[in-house]
Amino acid sequence: MNYVPKIDRRSFVVSVAAMGGGLALGLDIPFGGPQVIRAQDGSPEVNAWVVIRPDDTVVIRIARSEMGQGTLTGLAQLVAEELECDWSKVTTEYPTPGQSVARKRVWGDFSTGGSRGIRTSHEYVRKGGAAAREMLKQAAANEWKVPVSEVSASNGVITHTPSGRTTTYGKVAEAAAKIEPPKDVKLKDPKDWKIAGKGVKRLDALDKVTGKQVYGTDLKLPGMLTAAIKECPVQGGKIKSFDAAKVTTMPGVKKVVQVGDSGVAVVADTWWQAKTALDALPVVWDEGENAKVSSASIAEWLKAGLDAPEAFVGNANGDAKDAVAKAAKKVEAVYAYPYQNHACMEPMNATALYTPDKCEVWGPTQNGEAAFAATLAASGLPADKCDVHKVHLGGGFGRRGAFHDYTTQAVLIAKQMPGTPVKLLWSREEDMVQGRYHPVMQCKLIGAFDANNNLTGLHMRLSGQSILADVRPEALQNGKDPLTFQGLAPAGEHAFGYSIPNLLIDHAMRNPHIKPGFWRGVNINQNAIFLECFMDELAQAVGQDELEFRRKLMGQHPRNLAVLNAVAERIGWGKPAPQGVYRGLAHMKAFDAYVAAAAEISVTGGNKIKVHRIVGATDPTYAVNPAQIDRQVAGSFVYGLSALFYQECTVKDGRIEQTNFDNYNSMRIAEMPKVESILLPSGGSDPWGGVGEPTICVAAPAVLNAFFKATGQRVRSFPLKNHNIQMA
Amino acid sequence: MADLSVNGKAHQVDVDPNTPLLWVLRDTIGLTGTKYGCGIAQCGACTVHVDGIAMRSCSVPLSAVAGRQITTIEGLAQNGALHKVQKAWLDHDVPQCGYCQCGMIMAVAALLKDKPKPTDADIDTTITNICRCGTFQQVRAAIHAAAASA
Repeated sequence: MNYVPKIDRRSFVVSVAAMGGGLALGLDIPFGGPQVIRAQDGSPEVNAWVVIRPDDTVVIRIARSEMGQGTLTGLAQLVAEELECDWSKVTTEYPTPGQSVARKRVWGDFSTGGSRGIRTSHEYVRKGGAAAREMLKQAAANEWKVPVSEVSASNGVITHTPSGRTTTYGKVAEAAAKIEPPKDVKLKDPKDWKIAGKGVKRLDALDKVTGKQVYGTDLKLPGMLTAAIKECPVQGGKIKSFDAAKVTTMPGVKKVVQVGDSGVAVVADTWWQAKTALDALPVVWDEGENAKVSSASIAEWLKAGLDAPEAFVGNANGDAKDAVAKAAKKVEAVYAYPYQNHACMEPMNATALYTPDKCEVWGPTQNGEAAFAATLAASGLPADKCDVHKVHLGGGFGRRGAFHDYTTQAVLIAKQMPGTPVKLLWSREEDMVQGRYHPVMQCKLIGAFDANNNLTGLHMRLSGQSILADVRPEALQNGKDPLTFQGLAPAGEHAFGYSIPNLLIDHAMRNPHIKPGFWRGVNINQNAIFLECFMDELAQAVGQDELEFRRKLMGQHPRNLAVLNAVAERIGWGKPAPQGVYRGLAHMKAFDAYVAAAAEISVTGGNKIKVHRIVGATDPTYAVNPAQIDRQVAGSFVYGLSALFYQECTVKDGRIEQTNFDNYNSMRIAEMPKVESILLPSGGSDPWGGVGEPTICVAAPAVLNAFFKATGQRVRSFPLKNHNIQMA
Repeated sequence: MADLSVNGKAHQVDVDPNTPLLWVLRDTIGLTGTKYGCGIAQCGACTVHVDGIAMRSCSVPLSAVAGRQITTIEGLAQNGALHKVQKAWLDHDVPQCGYCQCGMIMAVAALLKDKPKPTDADIDTTITNICRCGTFQQVRAAIHAAAASA
């Protein structure tokens, strides 16, 4: 397997071009300023983040995407906190990427991945709220002809303290919109928060329990047709031919179109008609060289990397190889992590309407700007003739951020039917075989002890796939993919949580043709399993308690230690467990948050695991909505344990074998352990941490470590179903 | 032409009788609260009631339900008042992405009709819907709360 698969880098290049192109439009609409910018209903925009209607409704603009993680509510809380508005009158809306580009990216980054929604925008959205508050106060002061210092704002009401006069935001918004925004605003101390920091309910729950929430799959436009699509099942392959005449007379079928050089779609009145015809359509593929690849050939290639002389160094101190050579005792193990599909509940979809003058797309996206870039590229139209209308996502998990293959397809189909809106919806089967998969990785770990059983060295050799090499090759550092070392890095948002005298963590890059992607948690998922299971192996090799062994290496990592101690204490580490119950733990720093887990399990028949209880601790520096964080922690355990027990995408003849939930299972309620979430926001000036992903990675090692305690069996390849280990 | 009764309203639909009920509801009648997740009755996102019984509409052909009473998520609230399961869902702030939740709520509403005070074991065997966001802990709490409510 020494050929290099062809990679389409067009989408990224265009993404950069699109943003530059937007700036080059030269539209200069001031932030505030004398000319009032209006929302669609005519209400004045106080600034880009805040629109206030005459009835005092506050519309908060949200650039990031809501896909279940609660970022919509959290960001609104942060703006509302500084705005001093009435939370019960808050609603939200998404600005479009087209508007953002035309306004010099006034809403900043739209990307909603890497647990970034809140942690990388909290400062400027709070400033947006604070600036609007000051403008509203100033407008009231001007009307009353009093100094603004005598005016205060609370709960959407402005009061002139000396006279007791009051007015509301809705009454002064029009005037406030014309006021010069303050140059700088002071943000509140989080200890004074009244809306942020509280476990307020989600703003989007009602529509989600009544069926009114419109997802991409639910969009309806006048005259809309529906499309079903099939791409070459071997990624990188092409379409050779298809026999449209065989299906064009089937009920509802309007057109059969080639999509790019590797796909074919049927457009029909209803999706079932489109899918039925697509299933009947004879297609011949040019699968190419990749059709020779199998899971076994990939595993063999990765295995060779475990001892390859060439590797990128991600973290090193001392001389780990020397420490291993001189060790009084050595411990060695090899782990392997499989391909996995995101399996969002809502399959990929997008709706496009193309005319030679305009291209509009409606769809679920974790990054409106990436969808916009894909729309520009596929339509061939400039930025001022395109736009993307975001809708809430039925799950994202990393599949709908950097990757807009489905948006590109929708536009390419719509382009062949100008003037007709077309909704493209993938079947679950298409979604399973055209994923952007969690990359495969193997890891050989060697630990070295001196004669006194002190750990003197650790070498972790990763061998496997780089996501950036495929998705953003320009982000590689002299060929190295720094993301591969998430959770193992020398410093930063994914820093290694131990101090070891001699350390070497390196990566032999092996990139099979299966397209890799950012899969919720990304590379911490495998790295936490490798490291945290092996830490248990090391402790056990020298007869030490697994928690005490870790603590000795964590003196320089107080925040890691705090979350680890918290779960250990809550689970009752060191105290007798109930009969037949065993415990395991793990911790990690990821996305600038510190997380730990401790699990209690029992095992029957040697292979049926019941996870009774799992405790998660999270230190995200600041907690914007504790109730939603608790839900992210519980949901992360489901995501992580589903992967551990059930999920693997295998490759045969170059294609992914799993096609639906019957062979790619996901946990159900019967398997749900009791989750206890401990929040330990430590405050201070450290970067804020994200909460949508980190906890996933500690679920598996905590359970695997407990399983070893219960059975003496150390499992090092996944998922557990491959070892006939089940979830009871 | 097939006669369908959906949420108490009569519909005449002119589609292939083999079409799954899911797609008749979504594309022909226009009720999109019922979701497509897998098409093979695995995930439960498409759950509706047929004569009061929870069924996965992606795997029920139109021909099998002609003349029967179908209830979708849009018909669960009565006279403008949310169903007790929907209320419990709001009280416990259950949904995350929400895509699977309508199917989950329909499955739970049918369970409570059959077993007004379900045990955890009843829930485990009956509610087999997939939720990738992992809302199960809140789902269980909300089921018990709905069962305890009037």
